[in-house]
Amino acid sequence: MSSMTDAPKEPFRLSMLIYDSRFRAITIQVVALIAFIAGVAWIVNNTIQNLEALGKTPDFGFLLKPAGYDINQRLIEYNSQMTHARAAFVGLLNTLLVAALGCALATIIGIFVGVLRLSKNWLVGRLMTVYVETLRNVPVLLWIVFLMAIISEVPPKPADFRSGKAQMLFDSIAITNRGIYIPEPLFSRSLGDITVLKGVLNDSFYFSISLDLIVLLAVFLGGLIISGLIKRRADRIQEATGERPTTWYLRLGVVILPTLIVLYLLGFHLGFPQLKGFNFKGGIHLRNSFVALWIALSLYTAAFIAEIVRSGIMAISKGQTEAAAALGLRSGKIMSLVILPQALRIIIPPLISQYLNLTKNTSLAIAVGYMDITGTLGGITLNQTGRELECILLLMLIYLTISLSISSVMNWYNERVKLMER
Amino acid sequence: MSEQSYVRDEMLPELPPPATEVGIIGWMRENLFSGWLNTILTLIGIAIVYMAVSAALPWFLNGVWNANSLSECREILQGKSGACWGVIRDRFNQLMFGFYPHEEQWRPVLAFVLLLVAIAPILFNPMPLGMKIGWGGFILVGLWLLRLTGAPTLAYLVFLALALPVFHEKMARKILFFSALFPFVMVWLMWGGSAWYVISALLGFVIGYLAFRLLEPIIGFLFSIIVSVLVAIGWWFFLTAPFAAWMAGIIPLELTPVESRKFGGLMLSVMLGVTGIVGSLPLGIFLALGRQSDLLIVKSISVGFIEFIRGVPLITLLFVASTLLNIFLPPGTEFDIILRVMIMVTLFSAAYMAEVIRGGLAALPRGQYEAADALGLDYWKAQRLVIMPQALKISIPGIVSTFIGLFKDTTLVSIIGLLDMLGLANAIRATTAWNGIIWELYLFIAFVFWIFCFSMSRYSMYLERKLQTGH
Amino acid sequence: MKKTVFFGALAVAGMAAGVAAAGTLDDVKARGKLNCGVSTGLVGFAAPDANGNWEGFDVGVCRAVAAAVLGDPTAIEFVPTTGKTRFTALASGEVDMLARNTTWTFTRDVDLKFEFVGINYYDGQGFMVPKSLGVTSAKELDGATICIQTGTTTELNLADFFRANNMTYEPVPIETNAEAQQQYLAGACDVLTTDASGLAATRASFENPQDHIILPEIISKEPLGPLVRHGDQQWGDLVRWTLNALISAEELGITSANIDELAKGTKNPEINRILGTEGDLGGMLGLDKQWAYRAIKTGGNYGELFEKNIGENTPIGLARGLNAQWKDGGLIYSPPFR
Repeated sequence: MSSMTDAPKEPFRLSMLIYDSRFRAITIQVVALIAFIAGVAWIVNNTIQNLEALGKTPDFGFLLKPAGYDINQRLIEYNSQMTHARAAFVGLLNTLLVAALGCALATIIGIFVGVLRLSKNWLVGRLMTVYVETLRNVPVLLWIVFLMAIISEVPPKPADFRSGKAQMLFDSIAITNRGIYIPEPLFSRSLGDITVLKGVLNDSFYFSISLDLIVLLAVFLGGLIISGLIKRRADRIQEATGERPTTWYLRLGVVILPTLIVLYLLGFHLGFPQLKGFNFKGGIHLRNSFVALWIALSLYTAAFIAEIVRSGIMAISKGQTEAAAALGLRSGKIMSLVILPQALRIIIPPLISQYLNLTKNTSLAIAVGYMDITGTLGGITLNQTGRELECILLLMLIYLTISLSISSVMNWYNERVKLMER
Repeated sequence: MSEQSYVRDEMLPELPPPATEVGIIGWMRENLFSGWLNTILTLIGIAIVYMAVSAALPWFLNGVWNANSLSECREILQGKSGACWGVIRDRFNQLMFGFYPHEEQWRPVLAFVLLLVAIAPILFNPMPLGMKIGWGGFILVGLWLLRLTGAPTLAYLVFLALALPVFHEKMARKILFFSALFPFVMVWLMWGGSAWYVISALLGFVIGYLAFRLLEPIIGFLFSIIVSVLVAIGWWFFLTAPFAAWMAGIIPLELTPVESRKFGGLMLSVMLGVTGIVGSLPLGIFLALGRQSDLLIVKSISVGFIEFIRGVPLITLLFVASTLLNIFLPPGTEFDIILRVMIMVTLFSAAYMAEVIRGGLAALPRGQYEAADALGLDYWKAQRLVIMPQALKISIPGIVSTFIGLFKDTTLVSIIGLLDMLGLANAIRATTAWNGIIWELYLFIAFVFWIFCFSMSRYSMYLERKLQTGH
Repeated sequence: MKKTVFFGALAVAGMAAGVAAAGTLDDVKARGKLNCGVSTGLVGFAAPDANGNWEGFDVGVCRAVAAAVLGDPTAIEFVPTTGKTRFTALASGEVDMLARNTTWTFTRDVDLKFEFVGINYYDGQGFMVPKSLGVTSAKELDGATICIQTGTTTELNLADFFRANNMTYEPVPIETNAEAQQQYLAGACDVLTTDASGLAATRASFENPQDHIILPEIISKEPLGPLVRHGDQQWGDLVRWTLNALISAEELGITSANIDELAKGTKNPEINRILGTEGDLGGMLGLDKQWAYRAIKTGGNYGELFEKNIGENTPIGLARGLNAQWKDGGLIYSPPFR
């Protein structure tokens, strides 16, 4: 080895930094890095100077001071004496709630519309086209305020229920112009809650988890697992003997029966909304702002999802359907075994990016007064404390975290799909 | 033959198909009632259409156009349900132009029609016959709009001189230079003031280019790039204003200055959308290249920027524009809110643009890169001569969709107090005359956005079909 | 990036560079325009008409200052601001003064570093309810749904009031006044709360104003006034004394109608001092002698502004109440011009 001669060593010259392609990459990177750092330093320096001129210093201490304002929709305990951080937390949960429900509803409507748009029925196909083209060519903010106007103008007032001008649906659901009241699940022999993070940072982040819910979920999931085991056994028998034992009642039973028993043991019943004083009391109150935001975002995003679903299904060549039919599969089986698994691979990545868009669009809540994270931290807290820098940076950081988590799910899925490809 | 008692020796005449298979009935059977599911769907569909029409139509048709306030409308309607379109008539000009001075409104109109002229050679070349007719129609509409807003004769001439050559394929290519100049023309038309500021800012590019050309043989490529950029920046910072003032003293080329905070209504949305896209194109190209680069630091800066911007909602960036941007800039910098919003919108769309162009780059066959390398082109030459022209062409539909998205998102500026159409709707409802009006303004705004976005998305689909050649 | 640099060049060149200028007054004079922050639209106080001209009570204060400083009441750029953007717009120098029904509070004055130059309207937060609800006092509002406008002191007052009276309520936060009004009329909330002036203005625009009542409780003090940045005393003085000139003018009987007559000289030395026929008060502010004359001439004195924009003969129909001159039992009081 040592007999091999090294390339003649050139003495290092400064010009090699530019003309030698080995060094040029480093030079460019160093220059880029310096420029980047200089840019950031410039902005930071400006900020410091400007804040000094305004007599402000960046300080996040305000987050632990009492907020002083009330929030109507809260998934956790909150009152006006709790901290700004607590208010932000309430807002964050509201953001996540409307985002999650919005994604679910948008997916359902989107698939429905996307499939119907491919329908051979002329009228339905046209109607769905009109739906898609109307919804996605008008700004979502306009849809939100428009829907808000509709649901606060059209449904009856709570007072109309008293005078008999309006009726509750099935005596359990009240659609009023202050929102929709639906029955709530209650447990008369409740197991209570576990409270987490109590006492941390002036009680800013504690929350309670209902033990009832945990037990119910555990039993339900356990049922699902057992049902899966039964299915496996049936598969084994089918492979060994060629005959499949009938198991559907067993599988259904192990999921539903234990859940029902637990529900009974916990004393499950529904709390119905009732008209008391100014408003309905009891039940779950879906506020106008929530309904308007949720439905408008779902309808708008559904228009995009419909297009994704449609193009996903159309992208599967007709040959696949024909081949499957030639194998003797029925049309339901063709869809579930041949078309969907292939279409999903095309559909899911853009679908997740629509989820991302929907989540970001929940920030438009501010237009209808839904108290999400933008409405609390970036809205009232910012207004009352005058801490723009801190509030907005924190707000961006929170949204960035949510978005990055969603896109990491997407990347994970893409990786998985890639592995299945050969 | 004779054993058989009867043989038909001619074909029976074709009977018409049964009445249930042809004509309207057949069509309906086939397309509307082909099964119980379809029948149910059809009936539901008819019910929905009927309910929508019966609820909205009388309100639409009863609309009152000649009223100067909501109470006047109510008087005219006398309790009947009906729209009060008077508000649209009364505030139409404001909804279109915001607070742009009345006698100068031909300038936004001219800028807008010139915008279409500027993009036409890029987008519609060569023009099929149908589109030529459409273009003729557009020219007439443009002239009519200019007349309506009282444009001076020169404006007509400029418009015609640039719009007519688009008909002809080769001539259209000749006016491509105008497409590059258009952003500067637009800035001058919209903001007004002395044209020399714009020309002198433009001269910065020319001077930088000349410096590069002169210096390259002497001190080499990279140094000359750096020097010429410095020269250009030096020109912009120190010499632009004196030069412009000096030239304006000799040959005044003046338009009444209009501050950007007077922009409003539809014009503001279009301006934000156009500046966003035009400004983000160069930035987006660099970010896309940076993201594809092998250089770790360059790549991570690009990825970091793109993911950050795409990860936060636009509204938070607008909050930055409205409350923080002044804090980030050197003390004493004066950008009015609309300029600040334009900066943030440009950064915002640059991240999306970068992703679109990255898609275009990825769609380009690997062979193109290799062929460019094989020809001995260096990185920048390969990008400029081989890769970018193709990648950008593939990206056009994506760019159009980005524009549509951005255009719709401009309504968000109403949340930070800018008076775009939606913001104006609130301001109009705050006047005593129109206090209490709800649906008419929303419907009008929705309609305007729909017209713009729908036609652009149709165009984008057409383009996608056109680009899908060879398969 | 090139675009931004370009805009930078344009902005620096086009706006005659307000960089490192000494004071707001010099800035305004150099610019030839006053940048005045107003609300995005509040009936009677600030709203643009069909031609884009801003009108209203707050707008009148801006016009008076522009007339005093620049001699031209139309040399103003009105910058519409929201509850969120108003303070940053002022702090960053985007506007020279804010005349946007802003409540003078301790934290805004001390912590946010602004200077309230006076009070042009004494207000307080009140409640409006439909008559059919049968409520006569705010103490009966337990469990009610209440529409509030966000970004104001309103929501804090409300939380305090209900807490103090041990009542619950359902807040419906709303961004703009127009929206709040629509929600209230549709019955999406039982109660509308905001400053009493706003309530009266809103009520006046209803189809049937007599169906709604404003409850007697006023749960807060809301002194509204124009404000400027902390630290520029000269400018602060100028805006303060322009407002005071309007107020004194009413007290002394100077109106836009008789001002030309009075400007020729009167027996009352204070009138003479205000109108610049005696002494040189304007010179002390860095203005000419005629500054107050122009300010008053523009839209009239305080009383005239009030009557024209929000007074009893307008659809808004506010009574002077607390905002009457001190001589008439109100709180409007200007320090003497001497």
